[in-house]
Amino acid sequence: MNDLLISAEQLVAGWQGPATAPLDLALPRGKILGLTGPNGVGKSTILSALAGRAKCYAGVLTLRPGLRLAFQTQDIPPLSGLPLSGRELLALTGAREQGLPPWLQERLKLRVDQLSGGQRHYLALWAILQAPADVVLLDEPTNNLDAAGTEHLALALRQRAAEGAGIILVSHDEAFVSGVCDQVQTMRVAPHV
Amino acid sequence: MFDQLFLIPFLTGLCLAVALPLLGCFLRLRDEWLAALAYAHVAAAGALLALIAGFVPMLGGMGAAALVGGGKQFFAQRIERSAGGAAFALLLLGGWALAVLLAANQPLAERLGHALFDGQLYFSGSDNLYLILPWCLLLIPALFWLSRQLLLARLYPDYFQARHLPVWPVVTGFDLLAALTLALATMTLGVMGSFALVFVPPWIVFRRARSWHQGLLLAALIGVLGYVAAFAIALGFDQPFGPVLALLLIAIGLVVA
Repeated sequence: MNDLLISAEQLVAGWQGPATAPLDLALPRGKILGLTGPNGVGKSTILSALAGRAKCYAGVLTLRPGLRLAFQTQDIPPLSGLPLSGRELLALTGAREQGLPPWLQERLKLRVDQLSGGQRHYLALWAILQAPADVVLLDEPTNNLDAAGTEHLALALRQRAAEGAGIILVSHDEAFVSGVCDQVQTMRVAPHV
Repeated sequence: MFDQLFLIPFLTGLCLAVALPLLGCFLRLRDEWLAALAYAHVAAAGALLALIAGFVPMLGGMGAAALVGGGKQFFAQRIERSAGGAAFALLLLGGWALAVLLAANQPLAERLGHALFDGQLYFSGSDNLYLILPWCLLLIPALFWLSRQLLLARLYPDYFQARHLPVWPVVTGFDLLAALTLALATMTLGVMGSFALVFVPPWIVFRRARSWHQGLLLAALIGVLGYVAAFAIALGFDQPFGPVLALLLIAIGLVVA
């Protein structure tokens, strides 16, 4: 249990009020935890609560002291019209270039807003995934990715976990979640919502 | 141009020609380019108020701008939930209205009011240079130091919270730097001359630069080239400096764009 990075018991999270059913979860080092469930069940809200954005209304949330989190939301970074190269984007979060797929590696000199939507999304995601952190929280990371991107992401997630990071990912893509995660939790609708 | 009479005004404006485009890049990054006009108008109103109250106008302008810059987050959160766009528009209108009313009702303020809106670069003395030069020498490295934090705050706003780092020192620190710089610039180049340097070079480089660092360097270069040319033309043809600078920068912008 010393390897536990995050644990929650009967956690209820929300923004203006409780919005999720009570949830138990435990994230050890080097493991990937998937959260699934129907739309509106509060998957993103739980991730936001772990990152300190949403409120915890009930239950106990324990984060290892000094834990460094990296959090990718579904909001797309406002990169359009910004003169920022791919290399500069990665440098912002301290993400390494090593391991990027070749179709992105060769485009790092370009402005990010000159990349295709999928390439831009993957680079913005990579900047979070490979940032120095103990826990990586990813919200719908496969959005906008084609088959090659999704496959590469699965490999990168396993590699990141093998290096010791804990990863929690929220996705509606059940095949992806079951294929990449060590543990999957299906959230249920909160009774009071 | 290099006559002693014009050398000090030239050097004073040159410092601002480097600093304002750099500042403008960060304001544009944060979608806050309207802040340049808002801070400039508030500084003008503060300077006029100080003049009427018997204080040094420069101190009044800087004080008013610092108050607004430091309190911007506080006011913006109450006026609107997200960005400070509406807050800047209200500040701009409030500063302009107060400045015009003061100028209209106080003969002493009328002259200074015209000088602040039209610019008074040629009347800048060495005391102005001794204030602006060290300020710019402080501002430029501060902006480069804040660059990564400001980009992160814009692109990954959750980065700071997820790492239990406070973002307010970065944001409020930048707001203060921006407000004070624009107050100094307004009292030297005038409201619109300052706005031209804050707005046009960043507008060009956001379209053309290949990277953030190249963009910053290009913005400063465009600012300096435009400023030097405008200074020479305005002096040579005995024209007001601010409008010549604005037209020249617009012309450069249209050619490049």
